[in-house]
Amino acid sequence: MATKQIIHGIFSDEVPLLEACKKLRTSGIRIKDVFTPFPVHGIDPIVGVPRTRIAICAFIYGITGLSLATLMMWYMMISDWPNDIGGKPNWNYYVNIPAFIPISFEATVFCAAHGMSLTYLLRCWLVPGAKAKNPDPRTTDDKFMIYLELNEEQSKKADEILRSTGAEEVNYKGTITIEPKY
Amino acid sequence: MHAESQIREPLILGNKTYRNITDDIIAPIEGKANRLWYILFTISVLGFMWGIGCLSYTIGVGIGAWGSNNGVDWAWDITNFVWWIGIGHAGTLISAVLLLFRQKWRMAINRSAEAMTIFAVLCAAIFVTLHTGRPWLDYMLFPLPNQFGSLWPNFNSPLLWDVFAVSTYATVSIVFWYIGLIPDFAMIRDRVVKPKMKKAYALLSFGWGGNVRHWSRFEEVSLVLAGLSTPLVFSVHSIVSFDFATSVVPGWHTTIFPPYFVSGAVFSGFAMVLTLMLVVRKVYKLEAYITIKHVEYMNIVIIVTGSIVGVAYLTELFVAWYSGVEWEQYAFLNRATGPMAWSYWAMMTCNVISPQLFWFKKLRTNLVFTFVLSIVVNIGMWFERFVIIVPTLCRTYLPSTWNTYSPTFIDVGIFVGTIGMFFTLFLLYSRTFPVIAQAELKSILKSSGEEHKKAAANHAHH
Repeated sequence: MATKQIIHGIFSDEVPLLEACKKLRTSGIRIKDVFTPFPVHGIDPIVGVPRTRIAICAFIYGITGLSLATLMMWYMMISDWPNDIGGKPNWNYYVNIPAFIPISFEATVFCAAHGMSLTYLLRCWLVPGAKAKNPDPRTTDDKFMIYLELNEEQSKKADEILRSTGAEEVNYKGTITIEPKY
Repeated sequence: MHAESQIREPLILGNKTYRNITDDIIAPIEGKANRLWYILFTISVLGFMWGIGCLSYTIGVGIGAWGSNNGVDWAWDITNFVWWIGIGHAGTLISAVLLLFRQKWRMAINRSAEAMTIFAVLCAAIFVTLHTGRPWLDYMLFPLPNQFGSLWPNFNSPLLWDVFAVSTYATVSIVFWYIGLIPDFAMIRDRVVKPKMKKAYALLSFGWGGNVRHWSRFEEVSLVLAGLSTPLVFSVHSIVSFDFATSVVPGWHTTIFPPYFVSGAVFSGFAMVLTLMLVVRKVYKLEAYITIKHVEYMNIVIIVTGSIVGVAYLTELFVAWYSGVEWEQYAFLNRATGPMAWSYWAMMTCNVISPQLFWFKKLRTNLVFTFVLSIVVNIGMWFERFVIIVPTLCRTYLPSTWNTYSPTFIDVGIFVGTIGMFFTLFLLYSRTFPVIAQAELKSILKSSGEEHKKAAANHAHH
């Protein structure tokens, strides 16, 4: 069992924020999270956030949409009820493929876009009624916050770094007890 | 930090801070509406109500209530549909294509342009729903298992492609818009004090916190959605043009239609964005964010797309002559010199000649002139669709069926109703939603803000 101190380092600009993040990392302090009012570019590698794989999901959803649309059109137009439209009979899918391209495309986009958006919302747990995830409401306006959970020794070091890099406030928000993982 | 060339004009005027941006965007939401808003809202709602009346009448007695006749099957309906869906295209173009091209000026206008897209597509949806004659059977457009044996919609038909294209477009636009709105709703949630408002925006903001992982995913999702929406927006209006181009009607059966329709759509959409944004920036005092430079950029898009449309009109005439097909030649001769020639020349004046005035810098940076011209362009684009559809259908292959067309009270009523609905929705939106994507705007303040640019210039000289 370990008791950890929760620290909020508040900045009013992204430049000192990035510097503080860099210094904290180089002195071996783990940054739990950073809350910003807008996407700060270049912060991901500093904080240690790997690149999101959500675009790969979009690709897979797109392929799924394409396959489903193809299957649907093949079943309805070729297998279940083949029609002869304007002297162009629907005997097989291959010869009729030009007519099926628009809907194949639309279905690909439909599934890729909606699948990815849903994945994004669920992965970030952005759902109606979810609790606000920012501990300090000012971080959606004009403040930037480094959120730390540290033991006593590291807390002192972090406090020093935060203040030296220009944090406006360093707030101690109590402690949490972390159960060891077995 | 990304530095921007000093030659580029600033996109955010004045000495703004992050807090100022928050304050300016939230002002219309926290504040009370002024008298102008109430006047506009009343007019719009009245128009909307009239439209609902005419719409109900049409559903009650059938589409014979319109001015449609033997040749002109759908009166104004398809004209209005294409007009509205075309207007919608600018929103997606601004938010998706300009994002891919890294055009930062989009950030001041993308939110409202996307709102415009969604409202315009809703108006268009009314017309497609209605044109089937029995809208309560419209579910048959979708490939549902049904009680008529294994009867499926015809996937070889461009009309069915349209069903898929428009529904994909509408839903993807809404999702794209909403994902961008979440961080801004969170900002409002954290700012407002009235408990009811706080609750409402807390619900709308889905619990957004703005941490690193969420922003990183947010940016990736926006980029991929932009990549998907870009071909989508081109496909939608191409497919709308296939409705005409794959038919065997002279004047419609042309291969130039897809690019011609897409550029026409962007043309009319940008005009509508200008109409709306020129009012929004004035009423909500957003002149520092939607600057003269933004207006100029949009006017440049209008020159480009307007010129493409002009070239397309001339190409159509040339190809009709060069093809040697008499029906094709007559179709165009009839448009330009027949009984409805006035509509053809109205279209030519509004769409081909008027945007060329924007070559003069004085005119394209003049707000009053831009406002007037944006309305002229939209009138012209309505006439374009009218010219393509109505005069052509008045002169079919069989001369004994030739006739003319005039709209009824109901035709006009439904059209005015959709305009009323569009402005009602837009006015409600502008009072409750953040009209500018403030989170995105904050991210360019340091590189494109006026004071920051000046500071950077001074720094470089020392």
